[in-house]
Amino acid sequence: MGNLQPQPTPEHPAVLFPEIADVPQLFRTCIQCGVCSGSCPMGEVMDYPPRKAAMMLAEGRFDEVVSSNTPWLCVACHTCQVRCPSQLLIPDALFPALRSAVMAEGKPMEQDLQKALQNTYLYGNPMGQSPRRRAEWTRTAGVPVPIISQLKRPVDVLWIVECYPSYEPRNQEISRKLAAILNALGVDFAILGHEERCIGDCEWLAGERGLFEMLIERNIEILNKYRFKEILITDPHAYRTLLNIYPKLGGTFRVKHYVQFLTERMGQLKPLLRKKLSSAVTYHDSCCLGRKTGHYDEPRELLRAIPGLKLLEMIQNRESSLCCGGGASTIYLDRYIQERVKDRLADRRVQQAAATKAETLAVACPYEPSRFDDAVKITGLEEKLVVRDIIELLAQSMEIA
Amino acid sequence: MNIAVLTKQVPDLVEGVEIDSTGKAVDPDTIRYILSESDDHALEEALLIKERTQAHVEVFSLETGEVRDTLCTALAKGADRVVLIRTGLETPPSNHTAAKIFATVLQGLSFDLILTGVRAIDDLDGSLGGLLAGYLDVPYVGLVRKVELAEGAAVVEKEYPGGYAAELEVKLPAVLGIQAAEQPPRYVPVSRLRQVMKTAKVDEQEATPPEGKAVPVERLFKPEEGAGARMLSGSPEEIARQIADLLSERHLVR
Amino acid sequence: MNRDIWVVAEQFQGRLSDITFELLGKGRELARALGVKLAVALIGQDVARFTLELGAADVVYVVDRPELREFTADAYGALLEAGLKDAQPRLVLLGSTSMGLDLLSLVSASANVPCIDNCTRLELKDGALMATSQIYGGKIFAEVALPRTTTLVAVIPGAFPGEAGRVSGQPVVISPPLAPEHPATRTVFRKWIEPPPGDVDITKVPVLVSIGRGIKNAENVPQAQELADLLGGAVSGSRPVIDQGWLPKTRQVGKSGMTVKSKLYLALGISGAPEHVEGMKGAELIVAINTDAQAPIFGVAQYGAVADLFDVIPALTEEIQKRQGSRAA
Repeated sequence: MGNLQPQPTPEHPAVLFPEIADVPQLFRTCIQCGVCSGSCPMGEVMDYPPRKAAMMLAEGRFDEVVSSNTPWLCVACHTCQVRCPSQLLIPDALFPALRSAVMAEGKPMEQDLQKALQNTYLYGNPMGQSPRRRAEWTRTAGVPVPIISQLKRPVDVLWIVECYPSYEPRNQEISRKLAAILNALGVDFAILGHEERCIGDCEWLAGERGLFEMLIERNIEILNKYRFKEILITDPHAYRTLLNIYPKLGGTFRVKHYVQFLTERMGQLKPLLRKKLSSAVTYHDSCCLGRKTGHYDEPRELLRAIPGLKLLEMIQNRESSLCCGGGASTIYLDRYIQERVKDRLADRRVQQAAATKAETLAVACPYEPSRFDDAVKITGLEEKLVVRDIIELLAQSMEIA
Repeated sequence: MNIAVLTKQVPDLVEGVEIDSTGKAVDPDTIRYILSESDDHALEEALLIKERTQAHVEVFSLETGEVRDTLCTALAKGADRVVLIRTGLETPPSNHTAAKIFATVLQGLSFDLILTGVRAIDDLDGSLGGLLAGYLDVPYVGLVRKVELAEGAAVVEKEYPGGYAAELEVKLPAVLGIQAAEQPPRYVPVSRLRQVMKTAKVDEQEATPPEGKAVPVERLFKPEEGAGARMLSGSPEEIARQIADLLSERHLVR
Repeated sequence: MNRDIWVVAEQFQGRLSDITFELLGKGRELARALGVKLAVALIGQDVARFTLELGAADVVYVVDRPELREFTADAYGALLEAGLKDAQPRLVLLGSTSMGLDLLSLVSASANVPCIDNCTRLELKDGALMATSQIYGGKIFAEVALPRTTTLVAVIPGAFPGEAGRVSGQPVVISPPLAPEHPATRTVFRKWIEPPPGDVDITKVPVLVSIGRGIKNAENVPQAQELADLLGGAVSGSRPVIDQGWLPKTRQVGKSGMTVKSKLYLALGISGAPEHVEGMKGAELIVAINTDAQAPIFGVAQYGAVADLFDVIPALTEEIQKRQGSRAA
């Protein structure tokens, strides 16, 4: 089955942004075993699944692969990358190279993705919302959410809220709850507010090297302006990028995802979890928090700390967890993917959740709530399953309004 | 085949538009400028024609807003030459003034086709393309969604309501007001744009704004806003009546 | 030099467009108040038959020629320009439409008269004509005092009521001798391109009756269709409805469907998830019906009711039929 540990990310900056011509050399140790294609949740619908694509590129058949649907179907779930016996960087190098080639040739792009990239360039977020309104969610948080530029002093924790948790209504609710939890735990924290811009995970994996470089340069500059002991983040994609990619380009910071951050404070947190939540809950391991960075236990520890909660496991869990289908900017390719796929990943996943007889599907990634809410509606599971971020469940048990 | 594309910058509604203290103009301090959307389509259509026919494409813009960005993007997309027109005007001119300036600049240059967006969000006094055509005494077709070249003429599709379109043959030279290009405006990777911005040549040209005033604006104002929906109540029949009233008011039940 | 008010008539597919009557209604009101005549410029082929419908006007100037059968800005513009130079009316009203916009700008320049676009209000204030136009997608309105010399104004369709312009009467019909020898026509109409058969482009439809999961199953869709037909619109839906196959993909509104800016968006049984709202928040009038008082759609709609769509659809259908029936009578 290969090495199931989180794979090392690209070592060399040049490898961070490979050109398609670099791929044959980078993939010279590919033994064509087919584990990648076999593991790929989108493998069946790709014109050329990963194994075949790697072979064709090695043969110099760039054009055929670039013009196929393959570049746009990888959801960066990393199931292939954790299993590859040669530890090849399939979603981290092969696919961004393919996407970059499509863009460089000026070929037409899926408009949702193009808009998301253009918006990020103009406004620092893919939704196209004004950067001035990035902290608007804090107005109704009901608790103090300090902005570091106004605090004018070092803080213990810089909370990077990220795009979805700042602008998307469902996620804004979750941000407010986390703010309340941080206040209840007496954490000395602040956010960047309108100075915050997208961390750049989507843009990097979409093959938009120039845009990613622009974001990372600017973000490192902003982060270096302030003094803080560690960064807290709720978005696993951004977490992984800050953890593994930023250091390669001059930005080394101590960064924690909230599941880590809160389990470290379990001694303080546990007594606050007063209310019993008699619910059967199953937890979805998101790709970035799971396969890419290895945080399987902390989320479960948090859930088990909630009194009355019963934790059930889905048939695919931990390293074998099934991706929701939104990674690597494919969240902006839903229309494209849906036209080609019979059974959407998110739909399959909620059905797996319901099969455990759980009433609640717990998640820890900002993409999940709306994707799974949608999937629940489509699969007719509305009466049976609700989707909640772990933060929401903790807040409920802490009786935070 | 020489094609000129005229572009302008307009306030970005994402950042919001506020009225200044005189109440007669928008507040320039609150504005961020971006390329007018249908001008982007005009450029795209010009580039598509260029790809099909090896035409030569030049892009002109008056100096308001982040024009350099737009002009460099045009070069990155494939325009042959870009020109920034310096007018010395402090605020964006009316379309009449802009059209007169362009007419002076373009007169004597041998463009077969002049493309510009059919409308912009800040248009108050007609559309630039139609005005320019009037000053140059050349034909004009607005709301164009497709352009093909024929012998000495352009065959265009002009949009009408309900999905209808008229196919027209226009003798060149002509001005076309583009509604939508045949494909969405292409994407320029940021790395390419940054490269072009470092090495590109943006030509500049001076132009004297003409005499004459635009129709003066007495005042600008914002419509009233409500927070959340006004809830209608009563039996379904009563609700239906209230909805029908709303529709009648807006001439939706005719 | 007369100070009359002119309306440029528009026709489409063999009939006078609604905008013509809207302009006539307003034109008549202003002409009366100013004590001047209301004239119509009627250009086309076989258009004499329309003069009976133009009773709101005092005079109709008709230019009827085979080569003018279909609109080209070139030909119509040259005629209008000549007419303006000769008659010098105070105000010329056009529709802010595919035809009107072309004429507005072209003639403003060639006849060297000012013009205003996007007009939604036109009033007399102390003898001066005040026009209000919407700009920035309706976020800002501009009030403009029109000059006392010939000015062209393009009016947004639907801004003025059409009833005021549908008056039967006997306007004086004049075929002006001023119609110039046609310049070699630089623009030639070749043919009409019909919309593709089968499906509707919901981004171009003024009224959308949009259904969500609340519609429950395919059998209930025809009710919505009936209502849409009455309102001259189309049925659209949120993603779950399309996913279930109750409507084709071309009817989907939302993030992975279409973005619509219809005049009316009737949201029935749609909860208002962000992915859906993204596709319809630009609609001019949003009315939402949902049994859930907390549905997020009520945050983006201007009007709403917590009610069962299965009660409201039939009631609304009946109410509209009543109103349309009484008007036709």
